[in-house]
Amino acid sequence: MNAVPAYLQTPFHPRLAQATETNLWERWGAFTTASVLTEVGEEYTCTRTSATLYDTSPLRKYRVQGPDTVRFVDRLLTRDMTTCKVGQVVYACWCDDDGKLIEDGTVFRLAEDAFQINAQEPQLRWFQDTARGLDVGIEESTARLASLALQGPLSGEILGRMNLPGVAGLRYFRIVDSVFGNAPLQVSRTGFTGDLGYELWVAPEHALALWDALMAAAAPRRLLPIGSAALNMTRIEAGFVMVNAEFKAANVVLRPSQRRSPFELGLDWTVNLKKDHFVGRRALAAEAARGGPRRRLVGIEVEGRKPAVEAFLYDGKREIGLVTSAMWSPVLKKNIALATVDAEYAAPGARFQAEIWYRKEMKVERSLVGCTVVPRPFFDPPRKRA
Amino acid sequence: MSARYDAVVVGGGHNGLAAGALLARAGRRVLVCEAREAPGGMAATEEIARGVRAPVCAHLVHALDAGVAAELGLSGHGLAYAAVDAGTLAVAPGGRRMRLAADPAVAAGELARTSPRDARRWQAFHSLLSRLAPALRPILESEPPRLMHTGWAEKLALLRLGLGVRRLGRADMREFLRIVGMPVADLLDDTFEDDLLKGALALDATLGANLAPRSPGTVFLLLSRWAGEAGGVRGALGVPRGGAGALGAALAAALKAAGGELRLNAPVAQVRVRQGRAQGVILAGGEEIGAGAVLAGVDPKRLFGTLVGPDHLDTGFLRRIRGLRTNGMAAKVNLVLDGLPDGLATPGTPARLVVAPSWRAVEQAFDEAKYGAAPAHPVLEATVPTLVDATLAPAGTHVVSVLAQYAPHRLAGEGWAARREPFADTVVAALDAAVPGLAARVTARQVLTPADIEARFGATGGHWHHHDLALDTAYLLRPIPGWARYRTPVDGLYLAGAGAHPGGGLTSLPGRNAARAVLADWRRGALPR
Repeated sequence: MNAVPAYLQTPFHPRLAQATETNLWERWGAFTTASVLTEVGEEYTCTRTSATLYDTSPLRKYRVQGPDTVRFVDRLLTRDMTTCKVGQVVYACWCDDDGKLIEDGTVFRLAEDAFQINAQEPQLRWFQDTARGLDVGIEESTARLASLALQGPLSGEILGRMNLPGVAGLRYFRIVDSVFGNAPLQVSRTGFTGDLGYELWVAPEHALALWDALMAAAAPRRLLPIGSAALNMTRIEAGFVMVNAEFKAANVVLRPSQRRSPFELGLDWTVNLKKDHFVGRRALAAEAARGGPRRRLVGIEVEGRKPAVEAFLYDGKREIGLVTSAMWSPVLKKNIALATVDAEYAAPGARFQAEIWYRKEMKVERSLVGCTVVPRPFFDPPRKRA
Repeated sequence: MSARYDAVVVGGGHNGLAAGALLARAGRRVLVCEAREAPGGMAATEEIARGVRAPVCAHLVHALDAGVAAELGLSGHGLAYAAVDAGTLAVAPGGRRMRLAADPAVAAGELARTSPRDARRWQAFHSLLSRLAPALRPILESEPPRLMHTGWAEKLALLRLGLGVRRLGRADMREFLRIVGMPVADLLDDTFEDDLLKGALALDATLGANLAPRSPGTVFLLLSRWAGEAGGVRGALGVPRGGAGALGAALAAALKAAGGELRLNAPVAQVRVRQGRAQGVILAGGEEIGAGAVLAGVDPKRLFGTLVGPDHLDTGFLRRIRGLRTNGMAAKVNLVLDGLPDGLATPGTPARLVVAPSWRAVEQAFDEAKYGAAPAHPVLEATVPTLVDATLAPAGTHVVSVLAQYAPHRLAGEGWAARREPFADTVVAALDAAVPGLAARVTARQVLTPADIEARFGATGGHWHHHDLALDTAYLLRPIPGWARYRTPVDGLYLAGAGAHPGGGLTSLPGRNAARAVLADWRRGALPR
């Protein structure tokens, strides 16, 4: 008899298991998720040129509901949530008392008194403690909601062929209630690829039927299931920060100095110091009053073709930063990276050097190449918002 | 807003009154809002039978800051000691009695009758504690310094603290550091052999605490108590004339004399906060009162959890505040006697009795209480103020004010409503076993369990320290690490009660230090005028 596996399978796992040509898997939270299903370059290219499916079911989903829901999300999140309308999606951050980022994620306003907050890492305890004293219920709905990202330039066309009620004309960063068969389905125009794309949210028992229907609707267009490796490439091109890459969650990090504020991560635009109290406001206001952070996350273009993975950054002999995510971007034909640099090097056009170490079989070689700060996102096609 | 003050104080307990009076003396417009009908909070004297008044909660004054008393002229406002030192008489079932005089030579003479060894050691022990306790005074009296971003004033405070300990000399310093974190039971067993003596000292070290003699850190509490004084006599336990309420009344008079205002029957429902700054308070009736600074004598859970609320405080901060230990462990039983039992009738009998036959008796009472039971054999500190104060009751009538431990606020089972009177019966029985004939003279009694104390005085858990005072919640760590300097995450809001350093007891120090913090913030322009 087989032992009970330590990690759970997502509702889409049977289709991923059929689709995989590599049998490469990895852990995402409590779940098994695909690293690569066919070939990473092909999966990436298909995302940028046609459409792909990525199983986001392990994403932690929290449903927040009750009379004080708006009070709660406005207290939790650094953005002004009082203006968020039903059907709207907001990208938002939440911080600890010291104004350091715990995580970021999309927040759906599902109803007057209900929101859904999505996160990579477990948040239930923090959310519940933040809600104490307020009349609001918080429950984790991760296991009760399968989710699938349909992304790429042809995603809209494929979704259109599904003829899902209410979905036609769905605008960027909006979510709509729809129906699939007899099952409630929600569709949001969101994603992690920085391209035109949608995410579909459905009860687990309808997951496989939804997958099959999407595959059937796609023909003759190519709709390829992808793993996390290809997704991460598109994520870097989109310039999105990711927990455990650009930052560590403030509530689990061991070294307090390794926490990052939204300002340090270039998320200034998500922090609304004009609104009344929110968790971390006192510290963030103080940081702003000091003239902002001492280091900032920036996008850089690196000379040459070698990805500047975990490269140190120098201005002459002075160490000024560290690369957090790096790749050769096939669609841009550029060597790009996300990096944390001293604040004085954060303006677009600032130049410095990256020290890249790379292996040639048993040799390790070092190359010092120039790099330039550029605006993020690196890749931002008009169709994303159109 | 109906009015605007420089500072409004939430709670007219003795700390709130002291803070208000000091600010008023510094020329500020001050209003103190007190929920009850009398000033003083737990420093209260009330009529508990026709013509008989008793100290309802606190009954001894032994650590009142002499500087505050002098600056506010409290003696001129009616504060006087009926006895500067009550003295202590330890009594045990079976009739054993032991008098612990303040003069160590006299006490040693008394101890010598049962244990010559203890008599010798008492003098050395008394001398050691009398040397070590003053080393704590700079800690107990001062505003805790910050450890980071230290300014010169704070470096000086740390230096004085270090010097205080260093001045002890090498041997005493080593001894201080050796014993300060110890369970008092270990120190007592190392030093003495008489159970009654050890019981009396063990009770001293655990009064009002959620700790017992076997708990680490109880020597620290004993030293803190030893650091007190009354009327200039170190270690003396003062009996205020007219009960502890006299302190509340004197502070209220001092407040008014300095130009401050006191409103009674004015419970504060909310601290008004906007954009992270306190704007004033809203009374239970809905009246808004504006102020540049708000000082709160109430306990931290009530202040932050209820009066400020989650809309203005960070999650981590509230987590820590909610985690404060507020399970009050002391009950009060106030008795009216129609005459003195034989055991108390001898002229010169100390006004303070201790019923704690051994430190094990204290520990055993705690053992039951920590699992939520009212102990079958409570340990007691009882004062008989009428022995030295004729103002409380008609001649021949006496008041016995009993502090009973341990009475857990969180009582398992049906709760205190059903257990109050049976528990009071065990208290009277314990007293009667040590002072035969006392129970028969009881004509009236007032019983205050921690639940009653909470309901009457508003202190969460009925806790006289507002939350546990122990090594992990003292000094730099009180009420929580990072917020030990009377200031709070809300600008312009100050914690001025027992929840702040140095904790409960009638010291006036949290109030004084909070007032100093407010004045300092005014000077540096951090507060609106």
